[in-house]
Amino acid sequence: MKLLENKVCLVSGTNKGIGHAIVEAFAKHGAIVYAHARSVGCIDQWTDSLSEKYQTKVVPVYFDVTDLDVARKRVMAIKTAEKRIDVLINNAGMVTYEMIPMVQMSTFKSMIDVNVVGAFNLLQIVSRIMTRQKSGSIINMASIVADRGASGQVSYATTKGAVIAMTKSAAKELAPLQIRVNAVAPGMVGTVRFKDVFEKNFQEKLNNIGMGRLAEPEEIADMCLFLSSDMSSYVTGQIIGVDGSTEL
Amino acid sequence: MNTLETYNAIFTETFQVEENVLDTDFNSDTVEKWDSVCQLSLVTTMEDTFDIMMEPEDIIGFKSYEIGKSILAKYDVTIA
Repeated sequence: MKLLENKVCLVSGTNKGIGHAIVEAFAKHGAIVYAHARSVGCIDQWTDSLSEKYQTKVVPVYFDVTDLDVARKRVMAIKTAEKRIDVLINNAGMVTYEMIPMVQMSTFKSMIDVNVVGAFNLLQIVSRIMTRQKSGSIINMASIVADRGASGQVSYATTKGAVIAMTKSAAKELAPLQIRVNAVAPGMVGTVRFKDVFEKNFQEKLNNIGMGRLAEPEEIADMCLFLSSDMSSYVTGQIIGVDGSTEL
Repeated sequence: MNTLETYNAIFTETFQVEENVLDTDFNSDTVEKWDSVCQLSLVTTMEDTFDIMMEPEDIIGFKSYEIGKSILAKYDVTIA
């Protein structure tokens, strides 16, 4: 059973990690996927291979999420091509691991630009397209640290807290239009980036996870798949943890 | 129906008024019913009808019958 047959989905931040897994899961379930990345050409080969493997359309789309005008134009180009957008996954983001005295304001502002302003820009334009359709599902990528807090992640947690607030209010405003807005809050995910950062104290981190292992990116993608599909047709305004019982 | 007739029809439907009241004085200051919800509904109908997507500043600026025509012109919609 294909859960997203012919649904038009835009996924931001797909060059690696969770976004990468989401695109593959969606393609596997029959979606027409517009996979976003920043560097032109960097996912051409991969999207071609997915199109062939799953006999669907996986299209690379390149822009910097902080370039608001270009982002809007790219989204409108998708709407022009497909006549609709059914799903937005706001996954593009940046993360740093720094103690408060080490946080540079320029980095903090960049993180807000990418994780909050960039995400809101996509939500704004896509929700207006969905308003015309009177349907759609928007999924924002939050984080366990927004709710629980984490030493060394004040700036990142701040932006993800904003994402949660954005999700809850957007869900209320868009519910009458049959547009659902939810957030996924992953715990510790075994992406290359995460493993690189925590290589030295990896075992110590694993002790914080009830299930005793990191999440696979595919497990986050599966939750996005559920929230994007009609299986979750009455779910909106929820922040869904996918953390294997993690304590921070 | 030409674009002016279509434009007027959207106003008469949105504000529940007769077409003959639509003039240079028909704006958010003079029309009691013209609140932000009504303005958003007006803009959304304009977008659907003329198949355009306005920028946020144009949605905010769509505050009169006359200004609306100039805003639509930015999106290559000529009201005539």
